[in-house]
Amino acid sequence: MAKMGVLASTRPILHDIIRQMRHFAFFDNSCSAIVVANLVAFFTKRLKSYLQFRVLWLLIPIMIMLTACAQQTTASSQVSVYIENKGSDTIVNLALAWAERYQGEHHEVRISVTGGGSGTGIAALLNGTVDIANASRQIKSEETQEAQSKGINPVEHIIARDAIAVIVNPQNPVSQMTLQQISEIYSGRINNWRDVGGENRSIVRLSRETNSGTHVYFLETVLRLGDKNNKTLFSTDTLLLPSSEGIINEVRQNPNAIGYDGLGYVPNDLKMIAIARQPGGAYVGPSIATVNDNSYPIARDLYMYTAGEPSGAVAFYLDWIMHSVEAQAIVAELGFVPINDHR
Amino acid sequence: MIKYLHPLKPGARWRETLISVVIKTCGFSAIVFVGLIFYFLLREGLPAFSEVKLADLFAVRWYPIEDYFGILPLLSGTLIVTLGAMLVAIPFSIGTAVFIAEIAPHWMRDILKPLVELLGGLPSVVLGFLGILVLTPFLRVYLGLSTGLTALAGSLLLGGIAVPTIVSIAEDALDAVPQGYREGAWAIGATRWQTIWRVTLPTARSGVLTAVMLGLGRALGETMAVMMVTGNAPVLATRWDSIFMPARTMTATIAAEMGEVASASVHYHVLFFIGLMLFLISLVVNVVASRVVFHQKNRSERVLS
Repeated sequence: MAKMGVLASTRPILHDIIRQMRHFAFFDNSCSAIVVANLVAFFTKRLKSYLQFRVLWLLIPIMIMLTACAQQTTASSQVSVYIENKGSDTIVNLALAWAERYQGEHHEVRISVTGGGSGTGIAALLNGTVDIANASRQIKSEETQEAQSKGINPVEHIIARDAIAVIVNPQNPVSQMTLQQISEIYSGRINNWRDVGGENRSIVRLSRETNSGTHVYFLETVLRLGDKNNKTLFSTDTLLLPSSEGIINEVRQNPNAIGYDGLGYVPNDLKMIAIARQPGGAYVGPSIATVNDNSYPIARDLYMYTAGEPSGAVAFYLDWIMHSVEAQAIVAELGFVPINDHR
Repeated sequence: MIKYLHPLKPGARWRETLISVVIKTCGFSAIVFVGLIFYFLLREGLPAFSEVKLADLFAVRWYPIEDYFGILPLLSGTLIVTLGAMLVAIPFSIGTAVFIAEIAPHWMRDILKPLVELLGGLPSVVLGFLGILVLTPFLRVYLGLSTGLTALAGSLLLGGIAVPTIVSIAEDALDAVPQGYREGAWAIGATRWQTIWRVTLPTARSGVLTAVMLGLGRALGETMAVMMVTGNAPVLATRWDSIFMPARTMTATIAAEMGEVASASVHYHVLFFIGLMLFLISLVVNVVASRVVFHQKNRSERVLS
């Protein structure tokens, strides 16, 4: 008795839906809409038993799914190459911009870009899970050895140049320092701003995490002044923040803070310090021009590593990045330094 | 009328067996999963003992990219932040639970209890975000610290995260105390506070302690919020005012560094060793708690209940 009541009340509703489907071409493919509508009409007219009712309610969603799937496979069959790109958080915005522009011109390529730090990218290259590893530092000798032991030969490609800007709060009166002074601040030997010509405030040091290529580059070039035998380390109370945003945020609101970050990430309201390579030398601020003529002391190359010489789609992509005008224009747009001016 | 196995329905008996097997499997699977996790941690963490000397493993500097694997600063960071969180959370949460269960009128209780549970549903990342933007500048300005990114900020946030957990469960425990206990206390002339402090709370002691232990477990395991506000500096806490200095917890270390380690390297094994330490600390806390919670009632308590 209850079953008859359900059928009696749903049949007129179903007929309304079918009529609307026939009118409004519910699916993109109107042929399939008509086919489905007729099939549904066939089944509702012959609704006699409980079992047929159940089949109908199973059939409508199945039909919808089949039509939707049929449309999708035609679109995705165009993509034939997937490139996995992972690594430095410094390069990630640049890599994303490149990937979007390249995919716009070459529809058969799909590029996936992830961050995680230079160490993460190189580890993934060694594990064989990515095609291109982004790194803002050079590959270390122990990483190269591990690669050789796995039969991988990492090949280095220089894709852009970057300057590391040392930033302080806009209220801070200090605007120029020598490389030695910055090294002593970060290693804990100088603890008060008045020792470098500022106010009587304690210094709060900000840094990126240890998996960041920027961190390693800063350690080697600034703290250790480029000397391989120097074993100076960051002071233990250096704050290791997980992202560039954290550093920028803290420097913006804390007058005691000093931090460092890639030139492309520093907003206009923060103060960048002009740095002298030697005490008594000229103080140079970071910009595209000073990086290109090598007068700014903390400038570095940005790298992409591949396992062996690249081939096929990866080779075309890297070639586009390093040699095409539009790729290097994107570099300049994002605040990094294009390589073609320099080489 | 209790319906037992209907003798005329053939499928009833196997359905009963099936359901009881499924339920037993679910119950045992909880133990199996915990055992498997422990085994996995042991397998990946114990090689750290053979790769790093014990003295180096418990040294004072943590800087893994130069092979300094001293985990003492991490242990002290977790300890300070968790203890601070408990110091903040316990008075607040027990007070709130007592208020909701004993003192608030019914209409207020119906508003407060869902509100507290809603607070418990907030994702901790959101609270971490609020911590960076609001809490740390406030701490820097009003406490005169050089930076707001300190263990204190982490403790306050963690306390705030643990409070809803503790309040929900403690309030349920206080509700479960029989009304007869309170009436007995009032009958002999106790004031409301005396009743709460000397009769109700001690009776609900096991439930309240369970609540505190759950809050402690939540605070120990919290990663994202502390990673954003404690500054992640591996400073060994040696003086009483180390809570006003930055700290690095074990959870934040694992979260920040696990992405970059190569499989089966020394760093990888040491990170798993840190995970093993966290697991063991939680285990110890739970064992201590369960001894208190499940202790056999002595004769006087049995007579009264």
